[in-house]
Amino acid sequence: MTSTPGSAGRTAATTPPPSEPPHRVRRFSPAERLVHRATAALMLLCVATAACLYVPGLAELVGRRGLVVTLHEWSGLLLPVPFLLGLASRAFRRDLRRLNRFGPHDRTWLRSALRRRHGPGRRPAGKFNAGQKLYAAWIAGAVLVMLGTGLLMWFTHLAPLVWRNGATFVHDWLALTIGVVLAGHIAKALADPEARRGMRTGSVERPWARREHPLWDPDRD
Amino acid sequence: MNETTQPPGPAPSDPPPPDPGTPSGPGASGDPARPPSSDPDSEGTPVGRRTVLAVLGLGAAGVAAAPWLQRGLEAFLGSVADKDPTKLTGLLPNGGGFRYYSVAASVPRRTPADYRLTVDGLVERPTEFTLGALRRLPQTRLVRDVQCVTGWRVPDTPFEGVRLADLLDAVGVRPEARAVRFTCFDGVYSESLTLDQARRSDVLVCLRMRDEPLSHAHGGPVRLYVAPMYFYKSAKWLSGISLTRDVRPGYWEERGYDIDAWVGRSNGRDDAPTV
Repeated sequence: MTSTPGSAGRTAATTPPPSEPPHRVRRFSPAERLVHRATAALMLLCVATAACLYVPGLAELVGRRGLVVTLHEWSGLLLPVPFLLGLASRAFRRDLRRLNRFGPHDRTWLRSALRRRHGPGRRPAGKFNAGQKLYAAWIAGAVLVMLGTGLLMWFTHLAPLVWRNGATFVHDWLALTIGVVLAGHIAKALADPEARRGMRTGSVERPWARREHPLWDPDRD
Repeated sequence: MNETTQPPGPAPSDPPPPDPGTPSGPGASGDPARPPSSDPDSEGTPVGRRTVLAVLGLGAAGVAAAPWLQRGLEAFLGSVADKDPTKLTGLLPNGGGFRYYSVAASVPRRTPADYRLTVDGLVERPTEFTLGALRRLPQTRLVRDVQCVTGWRVPDTPFEGVRLADLLDAVGVRPEARAVRFTCFDGVYSESLTLDQARRSDVLVCLRMRDEPLSHAHGGPVRLYVAPMYFYKSAKWLSGISLTRDVRPGYWEERGYDIDAWVGRSNGRDDAPTV
């Protein structure tokens, strides 16, 4: 810790009262951060290889179609593995449970988000806000659909041609949608350095937690 | 920082179901600053699970309804693409047009000056053709649909070039030859045809496509064009034709594609034939 932004300096630097809670609070365990990092790496590889297979300019630049196909297939197949390994962690399972449950405060949050309203009490959120919950559930379902349709395209003898054509159709359009949603996810992270620090180091500043996730009590986590 | 593996201990009023370790202690202890319910996300509707299931269901429905959805989208995108100066619609799935596939890391460029097509193997007169020599031979123009084995199809595409049969006659095929092997100056790709297939009148050594000189991206200056077969048979960047005793599987055929790649009758597909 080098400096505390916003502090007035060293004047009258007395020992803080002992009841003061620590300034930084734990948000993600090492296991959770590892799951996120591994998933992100696989997802980026999967998206990058997809672009090289699909966008004519990139395909022309990169070539090596056989290699790119292999990388795409395996990064896609391995994408759910960090999640499955993460289930061994209690902290990860606990956060999954939180992401699953929607309370009345989430409806309030969504309503405010849709009407672009900010202000005190407008965006109530626990450890995860309603947008994060929806994103997590949607991307989980989308990855599973991509996996299923991808396997149909990969192992061509698994299903009749009509299914394969249907799988290609869904795979292509959902890939486009995932690209857009993923860009939104990354843009949200880029816009909030403290949220990024939380995922990188595991802890966040207490005022940030209180502001962004007022219903979350990190001390009881 | 506190570790997450701390004992569940005196969590004052956690609802019992999600956390089996919580003792049902005296729930009266309260935090003066906060309402007693500790974690608002420990209960509520399981919207997350329902969302996952809904996405899975929509995905399956999409696969099932794809034939109808695709037809509608193709009609719509086709009409938009005609008026789209940015060509961005070409990047959308089923947006129409050719897709660029190359199996090599990079493909060298050949100009009319340094391009050569060698014809050898079981022939009477092994010959090297320049682009000029190929252009001086009789040219044939065919307009057919292009069908890729991965599903995309481009309608009514003009191809123009020398009939492979004419080229074979020019060099003289020896009687023991049964097949033709094609190699490419990308250094990797190869293809094969039986001699009977190669002699068909709709198999060209192609110099022009869509009434323009064949561009590098489309396999220029010279590619093979096998009208009745899936487009992987139409090897790009053609540089060698060799007469052989037997058919030798080409690049994709060693990776599971059919050697006799008739459109609609191979590779487990039932596309409408292109000829």
